[in-house]
Amino acid sequence: MRTQNQRAWFFVLPVLVLVAFNALVPLMTVVNYSVQETFGDNRFFWHGLGWFEDVLRSERFHAALGRQVLFTFTILIIEVPLGVAIALTMPRKGFWVPVCLVLMSLPLLIPWNVVGAMWNIFTLPDIGLLGYFLNNVLGIDYNMTQSPVAAWVTVIVMDVWHWTSLVVLLAYAGLISIPEAYYQAAKIDAASNWAIFRYIQLPKMKRVLTIAILLRFMDSFNIYTEPFVLTGGGPGNSTTFLSIDLVKVALGQFDLGPAAAMSLIYFAFTLLVSWLFYTIMTKDEQ
Amino acid sequence: MAKITLDGLRHSYVPDPQSEADYALKRMDLEWKDGGAYALLGPSGCGKSTLLNIISGLLNPSEGRVLFDERDVTREPPDRRNIAQVFQFPVIYDTMTVYDNLAFPLRNRGVPASRVDARVTEIAEMLELGDRLRTRASGLGPDDKQKISMGRGLVRDDVNVIMFDEPLTVIDPAQKWKLRSKLKELHQKIEVTMIYVTHDQTEALTFADQVVVMQDGEVVQIGTPVDLFECPRHTFVGHFIGSPGMNILPCDVHGQRVEFQGITVPTAGFPEVPDGATAEIGVRPEFVSITEDGGIPAVVRKAADIGRHIVVEAMAGDVPVSAVIDGDAPEAGSEVRLRFDPAHTRVYADGWLVTREGAI
Repeated sequence: MRTQNQRAWFFVLPVLVLVAFNALVPLMTVVNYSVQETFGDNRFFWHGLGWFEDVLRSERFHAALGRQVLFTFTILIIEVPLGVAIALTMPRKGFWVPVCLVLMSLPLLIPWNVVGAMWNIFTLPDIGLLGYFLNNVLGIDYNMTQSPVAAWVTVIVMDVWHWTSLVVLLAYAGLISIPEAYYQAAKIDAASNWAIFRYIQLPKMKRVLTIAILLRFMDSFNIYTEPFVLTGGGPGNSTTFLSIDLVKVALGQFDLGPAAAMSLIYFAFTLLVSWLFYTIMTKDEQ
Repeated sequence: MAKITLDGLRHSYVPDPQSEADYALKRMDLEWKDGGAYALLGPSGCGKSTLLNIISGLLNPSEGRVLFDERDVTREPPDRRNIAQVFQFPVIYDTMTVYDNLAFPLRNRGVPASRVDARVTEIAEMLELGDRLRTRASGLGPDDKQKISMGRGLVRDDVNVIMFDEPLTVIDPAQKWKLRSKLKELHQKIEVTMIYVTHDQTEALTFADQVVVMQDGEVVQIGTPVDLFECPRHTFVGHFIGSPGMNILPCDVHGQRVEFQGITVPTAGFPEVPDGATAEIGVRPEFVSITEDGGIPAVVRKAADIGRHIVVEAMAGDVPVSAVIDGDAPEAGSEVRLRFDPAHTRVYADGWLVTREGAI
């Protein structure tokens, strides 16, 4: 006879309550808005899935999603290889290790809106160091408040500057955990530097890189503060990413229903991609 | 395959060594015969891994030369020395199959594919990995992974020496025994020089023809397992090899007469103790017996039955003496008399053997 003991449920209760209040309840209010219409006066009417259909059909949403995907894809393509490359060149022991680590961590410690403001001033064509240099020394016509290309380049360079360090630190952690014997064995096996990277370092970094890509995907896909401060989504709508558009709909136009539906679609998309990516990457670890 | 000569080798990890203590490896001259099976035995931190890494080329010695046959390889990198090394933890290339793992060292050296295939198949058969050539190496158990590490050394038919750096550390006991016999079998089959580093005396004594015992960066004795057991050159060897280790007993030497606890003990040969040195008697418990009369009086502290023998721990005065005897175990607390077999009782001065062998 097995004795059943239900007491364990009580121990789970605090966590359930905590999760309910910090995730479930706020999320449910969004769900609530997404299926209702209001004409003010705090009176709501059932609207079914109407807002979801509207959002999914809206060209404005498609455009914002397209920009968002392009942005995330571009920064991943740049930050991941660059981060790995920097991690590979970092020293493994000695005096320079802490120096490198601190230098690498610095951009990560700067508040996000400060990063946006910094780059805004930095790139101003008349007084910004970079903007002035590009326009008046190199003679390149660069003004991100007027040219969408300049705005995109600036947003991407800013993100690379801000976040490559995260990939570097994770990749570095993966690299230094490789036992010396692997390198010695490779030396004895006459492996080339490329073979060492391909067959030892890269496989050993797989787990940390999975985490790095996942974190960078989620963060860049939800990016708001930095481009908002830097370009405000402009010029025109050229750097209006999903979250910026969402805030415009929700707080600018006060369209709570469509904004709520958009939030949920946005959330589901992020979750789906993260889940797919993680499942595929860890599939053969069993 | 080659004879390996270590000529005046010395190594220090300190950039500017001042005293003898700064050297991780004290000066040594050694010769390893072609095709021999050697074990490097010593406690952790005695310099055996340092020595191994110098031979393999992973480390450059501070002084001295390493010769393979007559070729000076001291400054050559590992891949030019044609050596193979098996590490403490199995090193495999996770993303490759067993086949690709074994083929890797050959492909890197530009060996033609047909030759690679022949060698890999042959070695895989020898290691009993033949049926798993197409599986991914990362899914195998530690013993199979360690076999792959060995295999990567064995596939190259031109290796000068294969070195094993405590290769059975992560293998469970049942597999340990199997792998060890496999290794011995492989050595007999392919006759390549093998150097096996370990701190486990059983591994060293079963694997090697010649055992090199090291302590504090110094080679204290080189010999066959029987030599090490019967005639240790240093009290460390006596103590480190054997279970229980050799009895090392304080003694007084008056000319050629050796006294322990005031009783004269006959020894093998004449002791030649330098002035001011600390003299000790070394006698293995296997050569201590209990007699009816004569000998040294002692009180039994405990007797343990270890199967075929009985290990007796007795106190001669305030000095503990172990004995391995057959027959009935004496009771704890009983008074006995101990006899040391003169042919295997030797005198050591400051740790080193000083009895000159010859007629007594």
